[in-house]
Amino acid sequence: MTSPRELVGYLPVGFPDLQGSVDAAVALLEHGVTALELGIPYSDPVMDGPVIQEATNAALEAGFRIPMVFEAVAAIRERSTAPVYVMTYWNPVLQHGVDRFADELAAAGGTGLITPDITPDAAADWIATSDRTGLDRVFLAAPTSTDERLRLIASASRGWVYAVSTMGVTGAREDLDAAARALVPRIRAAGGERVYVGIGISTRPQVEEVWGYADGAIVGSAIVRAIRRDGAAGAAGIAAELSGR
Amino acid sequence: MGLRDERGPFFGEYGGRYMPESLIAAIDELTAAYEAMRLDPAAQAELAELHASYSGRPSIITEVPRFAEHAGGARIILKREDLNHTGSHKINNVLGQALLTRRLGKTRVIAETGAGQHGVATATAAALFGFDCTIYMGEVDTQRQALNVARMRLLGAEVVPVTTGSRTLKDAINEAYRDWVASVEATNYIFGTAAGPHPFPAMVRDFQKIIGEEAREQVLGLTGRLPDAVVACVGGGSNAIGIFDAFLDDPGVRLIGYEAAGEGVDTERHAASIERGRPGVLHGARTYVLQDEDGQTIESHSISAGLDYPGVGPEHAWLADIGRAEYLPATDTEAMDALRLLSRTEGIIPAIESAHALAGAMRLGRELGPDSIILVSLSGRGDKDMTTAGRWFGLFDEGAVG
Repeated sequence: MTSPRELVGYLPVGFPDLQGSVDAAVALLEHGVTALELGIPYSDPVMDGPVIQEATNAALEAGFRIPMVFEAVAAIRERSTAPVYVMTYWNPVLQHGVDRFADELAAAGGTGLITPDITPDAAADWIATSDRTGLDRVFLAAPTSTDERLRLIASASRGWVYAVSTMGVTGAREDLDAAARALVPRIRAAGGERVYVGIGISTRPQVEEVWGYADGAIVGSAIVRAIRRDGAAGAAGIAAELSGR
Repeated sequence: MGLRDERGPFFGEYGGRYMPESLIAAIDELTAAYEAMRLDPAAQAELAELHASYSGRPSIITEVPRFAEHAGGARIILKREDLNHTGSHKINNVLGQALLTRRLGKTRVIAETGAGQHGVATATAAALFGFDCTIYMGEVDTQRQALNVARMRLLGAEVVPVTTGSRTLKDAINEAYRDWVASVEATNYIFGTAAGPHPFPAMVRDFQKIIGEEAREQVLGLTGRLPDAVVACVGGGSNAIGIFDAFLDDPGVRLIGYEAAGEGVDTERHAASIERGRPGVLHGARTYVLQDEDGQTIESHSISAGLDYPGVGPEHAWLADIGRAEYLPATDTEAMDALRLLSRTEGIIPAIESAHALAGAMRLGRELGPDSIILVSLSGRGDKDMTTAGRWFGLFDEGAVG
């Protein structure tokens, strides 16, 4: 593997507020994060652990609205050329209108969507819309996915495939599951060209470990904690630490 | 093909399986095992035996003429799911899913619960089958249904009060999903209502349709004809689909689901998902959802914890759209009045959930008149609701309740 390794940083839009999340996102990119995963706060985030739930709840209580996502993407795009993905549960996209959402995201300079609670077999409308707009679509693959499903996920994804490192919700874990190390080559064998690993990654050694067998590492809760503690400065600090800069 | 034959994943444009990939393998496994169980005579015989010797089926029907005097003189017949072991229709579904859990070789079950009836039923089945059991219950609901919390714990279940979101049923489901993602290898999720991703809506309906199958024969036997209307309360909608199913292909029988209108269906405090929601995806299915413009789920409100849910089973969404079933509101006040009336006229204390159906039957009886027959799903008993009723009606001596 010769391609450069990616470090994807997750943070929710609107946490602590819109400008604060934009500043934190830019700080991540200026300190070694190579791509962003901007989370849309949602009332029923079944794949998220307590740290991210608390942050997205705070954003909702502070008045988060969907158009802020496009504002945030556009504001980040003015200051960086790095890929900006939006991570969203499906109902907010559905209610905004799949086509309208995609058009507005593309117009703002967004790269694509990461969709944790739908699978390719339940995403015909999104697959059609992303083909039309050229947006990337990142589906998740799990350690429990069969080879048949991995082929479906790999062929439906564009950009990269999100390999779920461990069976569980988001949140830091001391030991990365061996499951990820087994899953990544299975995704490649199923046709996934680029595979990033997420869930449970929170330290520089874990990032390096993942970089040993995958194209990218995704960090969420550890970044959210740093932003909660210290805003954009916190984001800069954790990004520098994770990227080894 | 009759309306009864719909097996999912879709009911019209509703239903489906909008779920994280991490749970797909478990749901596929569950779907396959359920299809095998459904067609396995030995398994069906075992379930029938549990109904006969454990939960007390068939449940009886009771005609309630003194109550019916307040319902336009219509003949009102109650299907007595309140007499089942554990006090509601929930046990019908849980025994089926417990057999399925054993078939899957899993040793731990989890469940969400609102009023606590599904949690109690699941804890009961876990005790009977020797499963470990964890029940997720919104913190608000653990307070208003404290008696059921104690029952579950006495039965050996761990009860986890959920403190996220609105702290009610929808958040309990979220937390149960989070548990399941991390524990799926040895854990089966015993879902309590006919909602959620495929196969739950069809499977839960299949386990609950015994209510209507029995009642249809019983009403025919008692009255010599089919009822004019079959009514039930609708939260997620499992007792309603259970009693509706046997009548879906009887076009002369009106099917009416009463949604919890809380403080009024035109206020902001209700749980009337079909009447006031719009299609969206919640908890794995496309269905009617109470939501804002952005697709954020709106917190529902009902005096009854079991109906306090901002979504509804997808088969109901479909039946509403095609006009086969009607969905109408019943407020907190109407339900509590009906609860007291049935208690005083017939000596039957219904669950507050079921009292919404009784309130609807009172209105409907006045509309249909004395020659009509209305079958009501009395889905549960009111023992669990005595604290709420005591406060509502001022039944406690001063200082008797904290």
